[in-house]
Amino acid sequence: MQFWVIQTLNSLALGGLLFLLSSGFSLIFGLMRIANLTHGALFMLGAYLGVSILRFVPNLWIAALLGGLAVAVFGGLLERFLLRKLAGNVLGQVLVTLGIAFIIADACLVIWGGDPIPVPTPQALQQPLRLWGFAFPSYRLAVVGIAVAAAIGLYLLMERTRLGAMIRAGVDDMQMARAVGIPVSKLFTIVFCLGAALAGAGGILGGPMLSAYPGLDADMLPLALIIVMLGGVGSLIGAFVGSFIIGFIYTFGVALLPDLAYVILFLPMIFVIAFRPRGLFGRFAA
Amino acid sequence: MNRAAWLAVLGAALVALPWVAGEFYVNLTSQILIATVFAASINLLLGYGGLPTLGHAAYVGVAAYVSALLYLKLGLAHWLSAPIALIGTTLMACAFGWIALRATGLGFLMLTLALSQVLWGTAYRWVSMTDGDNGLRGLTRPSPFGISLDGATAFYYFALAVTVASIWLMAKFVASPFGAALQGTRDQPRRMSALGHNVGLIRWLAFVYSGFWGAVAGLLFVYYHKYIHPISLSLTNSAEGLLAVIAGGPGTLAGPIVGATIVMLLKNYVSTYIERWNMLLGFVFVLIIVFMPAGLVPGVRRWWAVWRARRT
Amino acid sequence: MTFALEIAGLHKAFGGLPAINGVSLGVSAGERRLIIGPNGAGKTTLFNLVTGDLAADAGAVRLFGQEVSRLMPYQRAHLGIARTYQIITLFGRDTLEHNVVLSLLGLAPERWQAFRPLARYGHLRAEARRVLQTVGLDQLAGRPTGEVSYGERRRLEIAMALAQQPKLLLLDEPFAGLSREERVAMKQLVGQIPREVTVVLIEHDMDTALDLAERITVLHYGSVIVEGSRAEVVADPKTKEVYLGD
Repeated sequence: MQFWVIQTLNSLALGGLLFLLSSGFSLIFGLMRIANLTHGALFMLGAYLGVSILRFVPNLWIAALLGGLAVAVFGGLLERFLLRKLAGNVLGQVLVTLGIAFIIADACLVIWGGDPIPVPTPQALQQPLRLWGFAFPSYRLAVVGIAVAAAIGLYLLMERTRLGAMIRAGVDDMQMARAVGIPVSKLFTIVFCLGAALAGAGGILGGPMLSAYPGLDADMLPLALIIVMLGGVGSLIGAFVGSFIIGFIYTFGVALLPDLAYVILFLPMIFVIAFRPRGLFGRFAA
Repeated sequence: MNRAAWLAVLGAALVALPWVAGEFYVNLTSQILIATVFAASINLLLGYGGLPTLGHAAYVGVAAYVSALLYLKLGLAHWLSAPIALIGTTLMACAFGWIALRATGLGFLMLTLALSQVLWGTAYRWVSMTDGDNGLRGLTRPSPFGISLDGATAFYYFALAVTVASIWLMAKFVASPFGAALQGTRDQPRRMSALGHNVGLIRWLAFVYSGFWGAVAGLLFVYYHKYIHPISLSLTNSAEGLLAVIAGGPGTLAGPIVGATIVMLLKNYVSTYIERWNMLLGFVFVLIIVFMPAGLVPGVRRWWAVWRARRT
Repeated sequence: MTFALEIAGLHKAFGGLPAINGVSLGVSAGERRLIIGPNGAGKTTLFNLVTGDLAADAGAVRLFGQEVSRLMPYQRAHLGIARTYQIITLFGRDTLEHNVVLSLLGLAPERWQAFRPLARYGHLRAEARRVLQTVGLDQLAGRPTGEVSYGERRRLEIAMALAQQPKLLLLDEPFAGLSREERVAMKQLVGQIPREVTVVLIEHDMDTALDLAERITVLHYGSVIVEGSRAEVVADPKTKEVYLGD
């Protein structure tokens, strides 16, 4: 029984991390129509930066904040100086993000070496929470909490703020948004930075669970793609629901059928795409 | 006249190569030929069909693994395992194509990427079948008509024959009515529908055909290296193929040839001097897309046309 | 009596906005029907519903009595529908001849041939030239579409549609952007389309298209406001009302 509890909590925690990863991807795709293939690398970059920050500031939460900020700045520069130059060249933008992903991955290998770097769990959360006869790993609970908080925060941002209204208008109808005077260029940069920040913070927050290792980007990117295709492009609810579905499938898949976990992963995506090309909650097909 | 002359010169050079160059260069050219078939298969989809695919290494890898496993686990001879590998991979392309084409543009790209990445991850994790990170070794090359391909020169001529045949067939394909229809769907898909063309079916057939040639490249690959590792299914591999197409110029027959040559030469050169191939690949990607988006072959053609116009 | 084109209770809404609001009409075989209405009346949306580029929310489209509402655009092309577009969607990099060949291929069994070169199919090229001749473009057959004038491109659009030997031809604003001389030439062209083909025209500009029409349907905000013969529609006060605020 304890096994199922642990796996469920692992699934939720992984789902939470995946939400931090995929929400940014979904927003960027929905608003800017850019499939940001750098996203997995940004997650990994956040993890590695966090590792280095932790050496000076042994507080995971601060490291996550600073790491997220650093990755956001990087993302902003990428958008401003590279992606904007390729406006209108959709394939070009995608391939450029792929090229940057390769560069980041290799740079991380050079800077931090080829061995996985474990990230220590914060002291306060090292003891499991004992409830109803079960032991719940505290850190994973915290990750779920953070993901939910982020989801609520994003929801409030999208629904209650002017920025959110502009983003939603842009996702719905870019031409109209431009016509009513929404500063599209600034919006693009802000959204890209936001997405990058979420990915970067997610990377370091995932550290105690996943570590920082070469190839983290290649493991994370397809998950983000599958979640966004499954949940629907540009939909936060879709990213939320999709992240947890994939979190469960991946965790239980690896635990029960390790050889074929990857195959099971994309079955729900295929199923949904086959019958509903725009995903569960998407406004339009990718 | 010009084109035929170029082809004749190129053909003669390729045939004469083993007599004038050492084993290293013969092997390098063999690898370039394999990369050419791979790039050409991607070009069918990207250049002629307007469908950008980021998961083509999957067909190379699956064909290679199937061939390897049929030999290692069942002891099948190549004249059996080759067709089975080709047919199996092509069937996989049928399924993948149907899934991926439920979306268009970026969605299609993401689906091809996700599908390919899943196979890559499976190749690593399904240790009982693929031996994971160790890869499969101890493979053999076929002996068509009893001729051993173990020597560099013998294999080179085999690869050359296969490459020439594949390019020739693809050239026919592109010049055929179906090829014209495929290019039409690239340029104006809605109009093609209105004219009576079944755009979905056209694209799917092109996808399957493209996957088949990827499988052919995969067989050449596994025969050459006598070894297969999950890394051959990686995104890096797909990206290299894509880069070859873009660098050479999509939508032309010469493009993949030029592009594959450049990418392979770069790769070989770089690996002797720097260890950072991935980073260089990334930089080359960015530079080409920002500064030379149409690729080399169209660029050179245009330059050539301008130069000839100036002379008359 | 079977209509060539019958539309019954067609509805289409985008988001919350109704674009087509219960439109019904019937076009007889061989008729020349003009659909007019101010911008945003739903004319092109109606065409898209007929060709299958859009799926209707409710209602039916019938071609010579056959229900086509569930069919894809390419299937409807095989049943005899051809159309031109308001915005030119030609194959810009290809020659005029190749454009028409692509049109001919759409309905020809040769389109599935993947080995024999297209160039060998002489009968296709001959037919393409013949079609180009009927619209007066045969001299330019070998020129890339990008190099010919706008008026010539508009004529190519018609040629491509005619190449399909359609039973129902939908012309979406064929006069748009044409100079006065080009309009006269285009009017002549449309007038010469054989009687076996039923022609439905969309036009925004009443003056030019009026003479071509036998019956006229006036659309406004997705509904049919007036319908009848030329004389009836011109005389109807509702017609003037619709255009007065324009």
